[in-house]
Amino acid sequence: MSQAWLPLITLATSLLVAPLILLLPERAWRARAALNLSAALLKLLLVGLMVVGLYQGREFAFGFTVVPGVEFLLRVDALGMMFAGLSSLLWLATTVYAIGYLEDSPNRKRFFAFFSLCVASTIGISLAGNLFTFLLFYELLTLSTYPLVVHRGHPAGLAAGTVYLRYTLSGGLVLLLGVVGLHALVGDVTFGEREMLRDLDPSYHPLLIGLFLVMLLGLGVKAALVPLHGWLPRAMVAPAPVSALLHAVAVVKAGAFGIVRLVYDVYGIQLTFELGLLTVLTVLSVFTILYGSIRALAQQELKPRLAYSTISQVSYIVLGISLFGPFGTIAGLAHLMHQGLMKVTLFYCAGNYAEELGIHRIDELDGAGRRMPLTSLAFTVGALGMIGLPPVAGFISKWYLGLGAVQAGMPWVIGVLVASSLLNAAYFLPILHRLWFRAGPAHGKGQWPEERCLGRFETSGWLLWPSLATALFSLLAGLLAGLPFSPLDLATLVATEEYLP
Amino acid sequence: MIERLGLVTTQLPTTGSSVMALLVVVLPLLLGVLGAACRPKRGWPAVLASLLALLPLLTLTPLVVSQGTQAWVLELDGLTLHWRANGLTLLLLLLTQLLVLASAAYAPAYLRVAVQAQGRGPAWLWPLMGLLAASLSLIWLAADLLTLYIGLELMGLSAVGLMLLPGREDALAAGMRYLLLALIGSLAFLLGLALLLGAWGRLDLAGLAEAVEAGPVLWVAMALLSAGLLLKAAAFPLHAWLAPVHGSAWTPVSALHAALVIKASFFIALQLWLVFAPQAAVAAWVVGGMGAAAVVWGGLLAWRADKLKDVVAWSTVSQLGYLLIGFPLLIGTAPAVASIAWDGVWLQLLAHSLAKAAMFLAVGNLMLATGESRVSGLAGASRRFPLALLSFGIAAISLVGLPPSAGFTAKWLLLHAALAAGQWPWLLVLAVGTLLSAAYVFRVFRYSFVEDVELEDYRPVPLRMDLIALILALASLLLGLAATWPLALLEIAGGGP
Repeated sequence: MSQAWLPLITLATSLLVAPLILLLPERAWRARAALNLSAALLKLLLVGLMVVGLYQGREFAFGFTVVPGVEFLLRVDALGMMFAGLSSLLWLATTVYAIGYLEDSPNRKRFFAFFSLCVASTIGISLAGNLFTFLLFYELLTLSTYPLVVHRGHPAGLAAGTVYLRYTLSGGLVLLLGVVGLHALVGDVTFGEREMLRDLDPSYHPLLIGLFLVMLLGLGVKAALVPLHGWLPRAMVAPAPVSALLHAVAVVKAGAFGIVRLVYDVYGIQLTFELGLLTVLTVLSVFTILYGSIRALAQQELKPRLAYSTISQVSYIVLGISLFGPFGTIAGLAHLMHQGLMKVTLFYCAGNYAEELGIHRIDELDGAGRRMPLTSLAFTVGALGMIGLPPVAGFISKWYLGLGAVQAGMPWVIGVLVASSLLNAAYFLPILHRLWFRAGPAHGKGQWPEERCLGRFETSGWLLWPSLATALFSLLAGLLAGLPFSPLDLATLVATEEYLP
Repeated sequence: MIERLGLVTTQLPTTGSSVMALLVVVLPLLLGVLGAACRPKRGWPAVLASLLALLPLLTLTPLVVSQGTQAWVLELDGLTLHWRANGLTLLLLLLTQLLVLASAAYAPAYLRVAVQAQGRGPAWLWPLMGLLAASLSLIWLAADLLTLYIGLELMGLSAVGLMLLPGREDALAAGMRYLLLALIGSLAFLLGLALLLGAWGRLDLAGLAEAVEAGPVLWVAMALLSAGLLLKAAAFPLHAWLAPVHGSAWTPVSALHAALVIKASFFIALQLWLVFAPQAAVAAWVVGGMGAAAVVWGGLLAWRADKLKDVVAWSTVSQLGYLLIGFPLLIGTAPAVASIAWDGVWLQLLAHSLAKAAMFLAVGNLMLATGESRVSGLAGASRRFPLALLSFGIAAISLVGLPPSAGFTAKWLLLHAALAAGQWPWLLVLAVGTLLSAAYVFRVFRYSFVEDVELEDYRPVPLRMDLIALILALASLLLGLAATWPLALLEIAGGGP
């Protein structure tokens, strides 16, 4: 297998699954499940191959010219591989989950086809080697997630879909203007060619600042930076696997990943720092972190609370990269993975409660730990990780964020971290308390909103195992952070490349 | 810029290429007449005939690619006609033939299924379609004003004839109005032509380009020519006739009209401007302003439109605005800017033609299947007619200009050109146009995703009709990444290969 083709084949595994699924008849769910799962496994394998190749110092790149001066480029680098690894791992888990979740519901063919397209877009985003290619898949992601958000076709879903499109299409358009502007200024910018902008005459600096802000505006919509976050809580009406994927890896992360690319691989951290743009990012992310947490406190339903928590948590990534110094970088990038694992767990669990017991509101959760111990255990792991307790992965992120803040000479950020952790605790601990320590229907008091016994275990195995697996992964990512191939290790690799030329 | 039109060439045409160029024009006409005699009930004879018409073009293409631009001078009883074939001509000829092929393959099934397509109308479809293809080919090949006028007139008349085919009252009313406006347009064009002939005594574009001098005569002539052409191209504010005409026309006819007929007028107008007024930046800005207004106004009306076909028709008005923005980017700008804009404009034309034809066919399928012509009638369509909706969606991606479609690549080039020229207003127009087109397209989708409707009477259309729409839509999508191929063809511009 030629090395240039490896990124292309990886992309194709999920891209080609979409038309194949559309060709299968609606009721052939076994064939569809087999197709989905084998493609997900194959992709995980291919990404694994590329990660190993990357550690061995091999180059994988595939490209062709689209119009003179503009190239379509897929390229493997450490940063992209982190995102690709996350997305292919969570694709597998979410596919399993979605098969269970959507059992016997209509329009599954359409769902899985667009689901595959959505994952293909995230893989494309992670493999993109320049801004043009990134933009291509970034927009494709918008298109492929819309049918997922409105999947149920009820008025609330359709309204949420409209809001979602308004935000993301406008954001994409603004990003396009910024990218074209940069292209008109310096031509095609391959990720990692930081010298192209660094060597520009200082008289261009105001223009560069303007372009950065325009692109940040475009990316900030998907990254749900306040005040561009309005679509995210509304998109919660989507089915649970969609919310899980949207929050953990697809949409929100695509925005955050775009900001990471912009800072490290287009402008370069040095230039971003000199232009004073890191301060903009710090202020924006600190505000988003606190605002998201405070709004989360006020939510009475489980999924909206998790949504606001996402808004807050994703900004840790932005905060990390805005702290000038390797520790900040490591924190931000590691959190990209950690937050994905933990948040997807929390959303799976929320979906499990809703499917098995009909629970949507937080005050209905009393005593659910007794009825669904494994789900609740997974939820607890995720929640503790979000708060930042060792040994869950979230602790590593916060630890390095603190180190980064000191290194960047901004110790006040530690105060923000403490405040935010307290807020996290304030909105997660009551849920845990209700789960484990309150008496509820499982203790013979009252009854569940809508109980269905879906499987042999506490709920259907299709729903349970993915939740447990991702919970386990978030635990392992924290416990084994020092081993090679861990998120922290990859993040360190990227940070070393960035700061040691 | 004028050299890109291939009007001046030192190459002598070969016999082979002359025969082929003649066949490109005449063959569709002959086949159309044959079609009227046989009236194909099935798709494959129509496809075979269209493929036959494609043959001379496929022979001509390698000749032009290897030998460069070909030019012909035909002497007919004192009349001198000038023809030429360069990369741009080939591209437009290919587009024409492929879209005619798609429509011809679509038409028999459509005529069989559609209730409104009964009666005597179908007999006329084939010769008129052949005439349309022939006159379009003539326009792409023409290098003098007389041939252009003949082509324009034939095209206009055959288009009106095609629009009148349904024979219903509303079709007749809209068609007669179209005929009237088309005649006014032709009259204005003829007056302008007469002025030029009177002042400089010749009609070949290459010769006129040398001879004309700026002055009142040229300005009046250009104003008349442009007004006539823009009226036929449904440019804002001369667009009001377009939507009613499409509302009652047959689907394959609508597809051809929006994809090609309107583009022909635009092509002539741009060509004349580049030849006669290559530095008239101010006037070009006026045309650009009309384009901007068209983008916004067409987009707004498409968004508010109640009927499916009106959405698509108004979107044509809006998309034509993008092309008109090409005027200020091409005329009076630096060569570097103009070169980017040149690629952008023709790619946009290709993208829109393919996507719009696909969209008309998809909408036609949806309307046939649901029996509803209103947007709200689509409720529940996403489950019942996924294929038609998929074609619509893919075509929409190109119309909105989202990646990886050809519409996106074209928009990228136009944005780039506008930035490089420092003409900021067009950035805003393109941005607003994108958002508006997203709004009207997703409004259709919003209805189609509604789930809680009871199963009513609906009849799926034959698979072939869906597939043709899908193929056209996919072509407009994939052309975005394969844009180097048409752009390389555009490079064959002037003298040598």
